[in-house]
Amino acid sequence: MLGEGILKGLTETARNFLGSYVSKDRLTTIQFPEERLPQIEATRDFPFLVYDGTEWEAGLRCVSCQICEKECPPKCIYIEKSKDKKPDATGKLQFYPTTFNIDISVCMSCQICVEVCPFDAIKMNVEFEMSSEDRFGGLLLRKEQLAKSNEYYNKIHPTEATAVDAALAEERAKAEAKARQTTEAKAATPAPMATPEAGETK
Amino acid sequence: MSILTETPIDLVPGPSSDRSEGQLLEVSMGPQHPSTHGVFRMDVTLDGEKVVKLKPVFGYLHRNHEKIAETESYLGCMPYTDRLDYICSITNNWAYALAVEKLAGIQVPERAEYLRIITGELTRLQNHAGLVGFLMQDMGASGTPLMYAFREREKVLDLFEALTGARMMCNYMRFGGCRVDVPANWLQQAQKVIDGFPQFLDEFENLLTSNEILMARTQGVGVVTREQAINAGISGPMARASGVNYDLRKVDKYGIYDRFSFRVPLGEHGDVYDRYMLRALEMRESIEILKQAMRDLPAGPIMDPNTKIRGFRPKAGEAYGRIEGPKGELGFYLISDGTASPYRYRVRPPSLINLTLLEDMCLGQNVADIVIILGSVDIVLGEVDR
Repeated sequence: MLGEGILKGLTETARNFLGSYVSKDRLTTIQFPEERLPQIEATRDFPFLVYDGTEWEAGLRCVSCQICEKECPPKCIYIEKSKDKKPDATGKLQFYPTTFNIDISVCMSCQICVEVCPFDAIKMNVEFEMSSEDRFGGLLLRKEQLAKSNEYYNKIHPTEATAVDAALAEERAKAEAKARQTTEAKAATPAPMATPEAGETK
Repeated sequence: MSILTETPIDLVPGPSSDRSEGQLLEVSMGPQHPSTHGVFRMDVTLDGEKVVKLKPVFGYLHRNHEKIAETESYLGCMPYTDRLDYICSITNNWAYALAVEKLAGIQVPERAEYLRIITGELTRLQNHAGLVGFLMQDMGASGTPLMYAFREREKVLDLFEALTGARMMCNYMRFGGCRVDVPANWLQQAQKVIDGFPQFLDEFENLLTSNEILMARTQGVGVVTREQAINAGISGPMARASGVNYDLRKVDKYGIYDRFSFRVPLGEHGDVYDRYMLRALEMRESIEILKQAMRDLPAGPIMDPNTKIRGFRPKAGEAYGRIEGPKGELGFYLISDGTASPYRYRVRPPSLINLTLLEDMCLGQNVADIVIILGSVDIVLGEVDR
């Protein structure tokens, strides 16, 4: 019978329309700015720099190795390496970035910088409402805008951050054990040497 | 003297050579036409409502994909492949990873192969669902089928986001495996989506398959014969709808596709309706593959431990890796000269090659049918223009 197929189709639309009043599966939209979906943990958009402790400038994990700058496919990262070294959060002397810019109008959120970073210093953010009236300046994120605390990282990607923290803690414990061994060895054979920290911190 | 009377001077530029009888009209469809699935233009010459000539014009979205890849590292090319066919990024990753693996002779661990199959078939599901929705939208069924299709596609995209971090630009695969393992609970969620999908397909087919308007619009429209399909080298659902039994999952058995039992649906008439039906049937077969893959997914590593992702330098040579993408045979041809970036990088895009038959399909059809014929080819301009 002509029209049978259309009627059959209309029963489907009716089922979906009426179903949207009772079933969550049929009504999947939400009223966005007022209602928000829970954030999915693996979500990524733009990179940020992680720092330990409370002082962002002192605790920045980045040691300015510039691997991410080289590997970034669209080349949106710009780093200037420091001439001097300063102690990082664990007290070890490291270079630090005097400039660290990410142009998020170029960034394509591929997270290759995160993958190649050997220091777990750069991670992906989940903040997406970043529109700006200034096309160039407003989308060029500088070091101070990029720096986010480790607590923030733990908040947005809990599973991943816990694993990273555990790995870092293990590494630090290993380094400390090694340092203790060398100091013990030094104590056994006394060597009058000034601590390097005292000389180079400015 | 006789020049003026015998051959009138044509002051209007246009397809003057085709002016046979009556007035021909040249229409430029696109590039900002809502039905062209991107920035694509067709120079259509019309005799009344009938198409007498059609010239596809593309390149508006050209962004130097192949040349950029020659300046990038092998790892750096991977996120760019996401942006070829931006609907199904995971299968693009897969084809590229396959080419690099062939080039360097990398073995992929078992679990990674299964994860590739699972994500790849999910990609096929969401691509076909989205395509059928868009096809109906092109046909004038404004919204309803598209919304139902997108509702289901959204579930798959949520799975992708939970696994890879992004809904569309997944950047999931690496040469030598996959980037991340599945998070906790992901497999259960995926199982739920896969189990729920047949119900959606039943409803969708109830809504569309026997609909008289759909049949009237699509049956006998845009016919591609078997010979034409083979001669033009088209692949994927387009070729299979014309009855060409060519599915790389069966022909090449790349990855571990030989372990799964599934059927390859074939069309008979090669018209738009067959192409729609074929996709609906293919989705059902994908669900079969997904069920088997989810059941057999082994534990183990997901990356080949001997593969260095950064500073990857395969020895000099060449390789062609191809897969059955949702749109057809997607291939990557790579030449390595031993440096960190490919010497030559070439993509065989299924959309572009399937599009070569557009004029043959459209000749003699109505203007309104161009839109649905183009819709049934399943093009993504990111891949056509590269």
